[in-house]
Amino acid sequence: MTVNGEAVSGEVEPRLLLVHFLRDNLRLTGTHWGCDTSNCGTCVVWMDGVPVKSCTVLAAMASGRDIRTVEGLEVNGELDPVQKGFIEMHGLQCGFCTPGMMLTARWLLDHNPDPSETEIREAISGQICRCTGYENIVRAIRWAAENSNGNGAAMKEEVGA
Amino acid sequence: MTDLQQRPDGVGFGRVIRKEDARFVRGKGNYVDDIVLPGMLFGAVLRSPYAHAKIVSIDTSAAEAHPKVKAVITGALLETLSLAWIPSLSHDVIAVLATDKVRYQGQEVAFVVAEDKYAARDALELIDVEYEVLAPVVDAKRALDPDAAVIRTDIEGKKDNYIFDWGSGDEDATEAVFKKADVIVEQDMLYPRVHPAPMETCGAVADMDPISGKLTIYCTTQAPHAHRTLYALVAGLPEHKLRVFSPDIGGGFGNKVGIYPGYVLAVVGSILTKRPVKWVEDRSENLMSTSFARDYHMHGKIAATKDGKILGLRVDVLADHGAFNNTAQPTKFPAGFFHVFSGSYDLEAAYCAVKGVYTNKAPGGVAYACSFRVTEAVYVVERMVDRLALELDMDPADLRMKNLLRPEQFPYTSPTGWEYDSGEYPRALELAMKMAGYWDLRKEQAEKRARGELMGIGISFFTETVGAGPKKHMDILGLGMADGCEVRVHPTGKAVVRLSVQTQGQGHETTFAQIVSEVTGIPVADVEVVHGDTDNTPFGLGTYGSRSTPVSGAAAAVASKRIVDKARLIAAAMLECSPDDLEWELGRWQVKGDPSAGKTIAEIAFAAHATLELPEGLEGHLDASCVYDPPNLTFPFGAYICVVDVDPGTAKVTVRRFIAVDDCGPRINPMIVEGQVHGGLADGVGMALMESIAFDEDGNCLGGSLMDYLLPTSIECPSWETGETVTPSPHHPLGLKGVGESATVGSPPAVVNAVLDALKPFGVKHADMPLTPAQVWRAMQGRPMRTDMAIQ
Ligand code: FES
Ligand code: FES
Repeated sequence: MTVNGEAVSGEVEPRLLLVHFLRDNLRLTGTHWGCDTSNCGTCVVWMDGVPVKSCTVLAAMASGRDIRTVEGLEVNGELDPVQKGFIEMHGLQCGFCTPGMMLTARWLLDHNPDPSETEIREAISGQICRCTGYENIVRAIRWAAENSNGNGAAMKEEVGA
Repeated sequence: MTDLQQRPDGVGFGRVIRKEDARFVRGKGNYVDDIVLPGMLFGAVLRSPYAHAKIVSIDTSAAEAHPKVKAVITGALLETLSLAWIPSLSHDVIAVLATDKVRYQGQEVAFVVAEDKYAARDALELIDVEYEVLAPVVDAKRALDPDAAVIRTDIEGKKDNYIFDWGSGDEDATEAVFKKADVIVEQDMLYPRVHPAPMETCGAVADMDPISGKLTIYCTTQAPHAHRTLYALVAGLPEHKLRVFSPDIGGGFGNKVGIYPGYVLAVVGSILTKRPVKWVEDRSENLMSTSFARDYHMHGKIAATKDGKILGLRVDVLADHGAFNNTAQPTKFPAGFFHVFSGSYDLEAAYCAVKGVYTNKAPGGVAYACSFRVTEAVYVVERMVDRLALELDMDPADLRMKNLLRPEQFPYTSPTGWEYDSGEYPRALELAMKMAGYWDLRKEQAEKRARGELMGIGISFFTETVGAGPKKHMDILGLGMADGCEVRVHPTGKAVVRLSVQTQGQGHETTFAQIVSEVTGIPVADVEVVHGDTDNTPFGLGTYGSRSTPVSGAAAAVASKRIVDKARLIAAAMLECSPDDLEWELGRWQVKGDPSAGKTIAEIAFAAHATLELPEGLEGHLDASCVYDPPNLTFPFGAYICVVDVDPGTAKVTVRRFIAVDDCGPRINPMIVEGQVHGGLADGVGMALMESIAFDEDGNCLGGSLMDYLLPTSIECPSWETGETVTPSPHHPLGLKGVGESATVGSPPAVVNAVLDALKPFGVKHADMPLTPAQVWRAMQGRPMRTDMAIQ
């Protein structure tokens, strides 16, 4: 498979979950694990351009596919507008749900560059955040929508430490 | 008290984006499960399928024969190390691994250490345990029946499931008030068992260095220092050879205060195998075995005059503590701060009696954004006030306004002995009503009722009780609840602050830098915060009960003030004048009347480390520390209004609006405070409408996964409307009060009051949380159910 644009391969047990392959084999620990029942969404990554819960995908099923994780959001040292939005609007507290939320947000904005609050809430409704009460996640995604130049690239704005 | 004047950008209090976010948005956080050490092994816990059963035998031979298994640990092995039982946080004991019998479903029975986590799980299947099933005690109300099975047979001579009786207030005076009252309303209510369920479950990596004897424990703990001392006390490990390291934590909410068997097992595993051992629980283990919260069966009784002057309140509580008493309460207060239940009102008398019992359920009770039972207290008083309003046919806002404590009554001594530090209650309620458009909402409701639509408006006014606490009253297992802080200014004027408390998302790396900056004038960006590592931080009891800002924040403020004071003496030496001739202008000591002659904190810091001859008795460098023993608790408060719509056909509740006015004193970082309030409001909606750890009659846990234990999503949560008033604490050095749990404490009664207000046309007076469609439907039919058990 390719992960964040790089070809990777490995011999794995048939039962190995994609989330464990990413975290344990590739040491991409930005993808989290939070439940046994596909309810929490802390494990969301993209597979062939679509957000999936990587706890519900076998690593073997991802063979030959294109995976994108939170580590692949930043491009050439430039944070994605979604990442900037989460910082600017305080869209995270403990940070555990954040990678999954941001990947869903990026997908949403790619398909709907100017989503309404309701559309944002629907997009992230399969993912749980225990810290933020969702309000600032919604605001963060709106911020990203308003501060993108249409093709997902960030407007020039200095954010972050 | 701080003066909240406008500050130069990047200094002191105000909206500053968080330092910690830079790593989190890049997926570069460092949580326990992200830690990998050379040669690390993986542990997994075998758990009991029964709520109550004798262990007849355990056969581990097949598991031990598994090629990837390195160790199998049972209770019998732990007994040889005197580690089968460890002290609980409430003067009881808990079993690390069951030896004699299992006492709740999900209890730890054996521990496997293997080369990878899949193999460890496989090996659990190979362990053969023979149980003899015993009758479980599931219903707390039956726990003291003479024929109830005795759960704690491990306690010598124990013949029942009784834990404690405790009361507070003046019972006789309360009875006298009830005698003269025009109106008395009584109500039974349950605050169901709920679970904090942080997105990251609990886990640890234990690493015993067999050569140096140093044990490092990376752990999901909110209280690293308390953990280290307890490990030292329990296992006899020398405390200087113990390092507890709490890395990034994926939410705590009280779930990560206690010491769980899994942590101890990882340690034992590492000692036995001489290799690092990681243990991370799965979600069902988290929900079924770690600290729950609440589980309070309450009977409230409120007395008033017929024109709505509330006279007194009495509450009798049956507290279900599960199989071991493992709540984390100060020794003096087995029911925590429940006796703040007289709330925000001017009562003549109040009394509460709490009885604790054992049942065959998971132990805990420490948790869910309010470790000290204030949540239950606020719920009962706010429900009782609404019940009274219903009885008197008064508007609940009017009734509250009439009885709220008035500003001139502060500091106010409550009927149970609390001294509320400061408050302007009517102002907060007025603001919330204005933001909500309260009287317009009432009009809208009347119109809708006439059309058969169900709309409800619920109010809650809460007084929080945080910042535990003064050493003379409060301890955890004998450890006083003071916190240390060290501030060091480097020669070039940058600083490091070391804290005893630990963030789980609250943003301490930013807010504590802001506290130091506020006092010293050093820019926030130039202050590094060190926390979560017992080798590199001063002792203190950790982050829970919203105590970081009131206790540790005060320590940071006092240490920073000591820096400024010392800087004055050094500046005087530099300027060859008397310290009395200097005045402080944020970040700089300057000569009174000649502001051009002065030294910045950076210049002073350099001089403090340089060759300057310092005045007699003054040591070099620019460091200070403080151990802060708070003189009193702080009492944040707030007024919340919730608007709901109930579908008359499906009984589904929709929270349409939620208005929250919080007063937590001055705000270090308004953005972070607001975020904390949002999170707490979502918790409140979850508890009021969705969350419950219920049991069937065999003691099977019915809330053991996120499919069964429902957490609120972005769809159930409205867009929160927040407001603030500012009433500083008179005893905190910066006037701060703490806010982390306010919204979790204050919001559930607002939601429940709103739903019951909507159901008024059906004559419904009360229904217990969670107000699921099924529960609301039954209430509409006049037959609400018990929500803690699957039996009617
Ligand atoms: S880990 Fe919870 S949905 Fe994947
Ligand atoms: S930020 Fe903690 S779970 Fe979302």
